[in-house]
Amino acid sequence: MSRNRKMDFAAGIQDGIPICLGYIAVSFTFGIMAKNAGLSTWEAVLISLTNLTSAGQFAGLSLITASASYFEMAFTQLIINLRYSLMSCALSQKIDNHYPSFHRFLIAYGITDEVFGVSVSRPGRITPWYSYGVMALAAPGWTLGTFLGVVSGSILPDRIVSALSVALYGMFIAIIIPPARDNRIIRTIVVISMAASFFFTKASVLCQISSGFRIIILTILIAGIAAYFFPVKEDANPEDKEDSSVEA
Amino acid sequence: MKHNLYMYIFVMAAVTYLIRMLPLTLIQKEIKNTFIKSFLYYVPYVTLAVMTFPAILTATANIWSAAIGFAIALILAWNRKSLICVSLFSCAGVFLVELLTGL
Repeated sequence: MSRNRKMDFAAGIQDGIPICLGYIAVSFTFGIMAKNAGLSTWEAVLISLTNLTSAGQFAGLSLITASASYFEMAFTQLIINLRYSLMSCALSQKIDNHYPSFHRFLIAYGITDEVFGVSVSRPGRITPWYSYGVMALAAPGWTLGTFLGVVSGSILPDRIVSALSVALYGMFIAIIIPPARDNRIIRTIVVISMAASFFFTKASVLCQISSGFRIIILTILIAGIAAYFFPVKEDANPEDKEDSSVEA
Repeated sequence: MKHNLYMYIFVMAAVTYLIRMLPLTLIQKEIKNTFIKSFLYYVPYVTLAVMTFPAILTATANIWSAAIGFAIALILAWNRKSLICVSLFSCAGVFLVELLTGL
């Protein structure tokens, strides 16, 4: 049992490495902006440590600068971060429910786009120890990057920051492409999703929609249509067999 | 009235945590409904694809280095390389293109 815990934790650490690197690059920028907004090192680091999210923090920072109301702050965070609840729903089926439910309260803290990504890519159920392994690198990476950004905007050369900025996207691609290669339906979904996302950022009215909402709208729409026309039946469809691990 | 910074941080953190925590703790049983199961099965692919493209093209210093990084990631992922491998080689591609073109 404890050996399994260790192995799960180690697997989480391993998947956490690219997340950590990518986070340092992104939160580095957040640190610089927080400093420019007049926040102290401690305050900037506290935001990153307690929020662990990118778009929400950037928006929060501008609301703090604008001296917005607390309600406005709460509402903005709700809208921008609502996608996490979709991910949380999906993860609720992915976490091994033989573990006491207090683990879920801890795991919830670490649900980011990237942690969600690596978690769903694991075959079978995930244990809390895997999540803790990922979080053990993701959260310090995010916080450390913020710290570095505040104390010195020049520790990391621009070129390194620019290169590391694709780390997280590279990770997403590594997660969705192999199943897309094996399964025609997933392949179609990935292509349609990217095309729709591109269309939403270019089309005149649709481009006004924030990225958080774009993700929610397209996810509900595309995953909903796919679920209606191509329901996943356990052990029925041979084409889904190789991917049933993602769902199981 | 002047607002308190710590109150701001508390509001941000509390809302963000609740969004993550509520579905995870309220839905503990296995969902049996085929439609909802299928929907949740497809969610990650749509979400991650939408988040990746076209955002990756504007993530770096210029669109060409980003496009190379994107291409490298696609090719390596198609060949089932590991998460770290895809991610790091994609970064390396961006770094080299920007170094060579001087951008």
